[in-house]
Amino acid sequence: MAVADAGRISSPRDRWYNNPTVRSIAVQIILIVAVVGTIAWFANNTVTNLRERGIASGFDFLGKRAGFDMTTFLNTNSESTYGYMLLAGLVDTIIVAILAIAIATVLGLVVGIARLSSNWLIRTIATVYVEFFRNIPPLIVILFWYLGVLATLPNIRDAIQIGPDFSLSNRGIFMPRPVLGPNFHIVIIAFVLSLVIAWAVRRWAHARRMATGQGFPSGWVGLGIVVVLTGGVFLATGDPLTFELPVKTRFNIVGGWTVTPEFASLFLALGVYTASFIAEIVRSGIMAVSQGQTEAARALGLRDGLVLRLVVLPQALRVIIPPLASEYLNITKNTSLAVAVGYADLVAVGNNVLNPTGQSIEVVAVWMAFYLGLSIIISLAMNWFNARIALTER
Amino acid sequence: MKKLLVSFAIAATLGLGASAAYAGTLDDVKAKGFVQCGVNTGLPGFGNPDASGKYTGFDVDYCRAVAAAIFGDPDKVKYTPLDGTERFPALQSGEIDLLVRNTTWTMSRDTTLGFTFAGVNYYDGEGFMVHKSLGVAHVDELKGATICVQGGTDTVTGLADYFKKKGLEYTPLVIDKLADVNAAYEAGRCDALTTDRSGLAANRLQMKNPDDHIILPEVISQEPLGPVVRNNDVQWFQVVKWVSNALLDAEYLGITQANVDDMLKSEDSAVQRFLGVGDNNFGKSIGLDAKWAYNIVKALGNYGEVYDRNLGPKTPLGLERGVNAQWNNGGIQYGMPIL
Ligand SMILES: N[C@@H](CCC(=O)N[C@@H](CS)C(=O)NCC(=O)O)C(=O)O
Repeated sequence: MAVADAGRISSPRDRWYNNPTVRSIAVQIILIVAVVGTIAWFANNTVTNLRERGIASGFDFLGKRAGFDMTTFLNTNSESTYGYMLLAGLVDTIIVAILAIAIATVLGLVVGIARLSSNWLIRTIATVYVEFFRNIPPLIVILFWYLGVLATLPNIRDAIQIGPDFSLSNRGIFMPRPVLGPNFHIVIIAFVLSLVIAWAVRRWAHARRMATGQGFPSGWVGLGIVVVLTGGVFLATGDPLTFELPVKTRFNIVGGWTVTPEFASLFLALGVYTASFIAEIVRSGIMAVSQGQTEAARALGLRDGLVLRLVVLPQALRVIIPPLASEYLNITKNTSLAVAVGYADLVAVGNNVLNPTGQSIEVVAVWMAFYLGLSIIISLAMNWFNARIALTER
Repeated sequence: MKKLLVSFAIAATLGLGASAAYAGTLDDVKAKGFVQCGVNTGLPGFGNPDASGKYTGFDVDYCRAVAAAIFGDPDKVKYTPLDGTERFPALQSGEIDLLVRNTTWTMSRDTTLGFTFAGVNYYDGEGFMVHKSLGVAHVDELKGATICVQGGTDTVTGLADYFKKKGLEYTPLVIDKLADVNAAYEAGRCDALTTDRSGLAANRLQMKNPDDHIILPEVISQEPLGPVVRNNDVQWFQVVKWVSNALLDAEYLGITQANVDDMLKSEDSAVQRFLGVGDNNFGKSIGLDAKWAYNIVKALGNYGEVYDRNLGPKTPLGLERGVNAQWNNGGIQYGMPIL
């Protein structure tokens, strides 16, 4: 450098303000000041204007009594605070999101694999499924389940009875609710313990097979351990589980477990809708694994199922995971369509908080914070999973 | 989604506007040539679009009366249909100039929400409608029932208050859109539907078979419904408030759509002040012309006529005047005098 520059007297590059490092730092500082300044200016204006117009602002309202009732998973009533109501809405959002993610993943995997089946019928059914659901707006799918399927079930007074304690009507699915006895935690401990033992057996079997080539039915043995140990402890503690049965009253069926049509339609709709996208992701993931891998695995004598499980899917996962993560984010955000059917999710509850308080800006801020939080958690989890899979690459 | 956008709009108007002492709604309305009025998405009798999208109804006539007072033409209105949760952000953000959507005058709406009510056009109360087949005759029998209610209303509060006071359990089903509330109720998803009793009469007509439903006799709350404006514009508030008064005053003075032109010749000073006869010019004090009140009655008739046309016994809703009769006729409606 020094040698090359020796002949030059003074190039524009030498001036401090032309130094790339100085420049980039300066640009960044200016940008930060501009962004922070703009936000502060907006915030200040907003607060001043709200105050001058006498519109309430700030987050004090979160601690005040809500005064309305909504049906939520958490126990809420009109004495709950606005903050607690919003929390209950968040919980409802999370519950339906997690369950919809689970069903969409399983269904998507099955349909995605079926799309590549050599069986014409299976392949065609899977294709029709994908083309059908992925081309309908999710709201329509929700209303299809809610109005088209669940609302057409008989009235609660003529509920379809399945066995003595299980019934189906346009108020939902009613079933007995397991009630854990005082000793039930011992059963849970036994269950966890048996899982650990089964896992240890599996590791041992794996190590032995690697060393000696001897097989061991660790799956069956593990299952046996779990069933025997947990079941034994369950019986030994003496009936720690009873059932609360749903009872018919004048208007409703009370007690037991109820799956409301609002929840069911949202869960089913988001599940089957998103599964169509996940199926495509799975299919493209599998197709991204070179055909040679399959052929090589077959040449080794692996059955088709094993080829898929041991060779193709593990490699396909690396292609599948990143777009899958964004489908999970989509499900989470699409849960906000709940307002269409009256499921008390974050947005539906927020709407009812926003109304008596008039604090739309704050409620929107809460919405954004909660959804952003959920999205970040999902992204982090999927990134972690992705990194784990990527590591096993050879 | 729409709500999110409106909320951003509020943030934007409030965040950008340097000064809040904004008093120009009337000038804005005159400049753009119409009143932007927030109304029901569809409630027969109050605010309801017909097949061609034309709005009619009791609340809609208040929008039209304001337009008549300003422009001498009741058609100079554009409507924004709003559900319960959308209406307040829409008014706060300035998306609408005026909200006439069976909105209850409550203290928080009148203060912390930044609004002010320009009058009461209908004194109402919360009630219940049930499926006749249930054999329910009184609200207190609804213990354990599932009750449908529209979200973003004070109806949810009235419901919670009443059942708590009576120590009755119930399962609420809160839905945002009125059409969805009605559908859920009609399908038997809920046993009862609650809202303002005038709204019940309207909703009942929306049912496939109105006779299968009855409205219970109990009234569980006070619901004074009326037009609302933002609280930062006194001039605009005065316009809407005096349009409301003028409708009531016209009925009190016996001025009707049919006789308003004859009344121009009346010797009664109160009538002359109302109609802007001679050198009477009360319109000027609210930024309008002398014929403002004449134009309202000419276009729409007086309060009683507006009521009878949209809600009265001869309409499908069939609501008796009841407490909404004039004070000298057994009711509590009372127009402040133009004096
Ligand atoms: N007066 C109550 C309730 C008003 C209300 O929203 N009523 C419903 C049920 S009758 C309605 O008019 N809905 C029509 C719509 O959403 O367009 C309030 O101001 O909160």
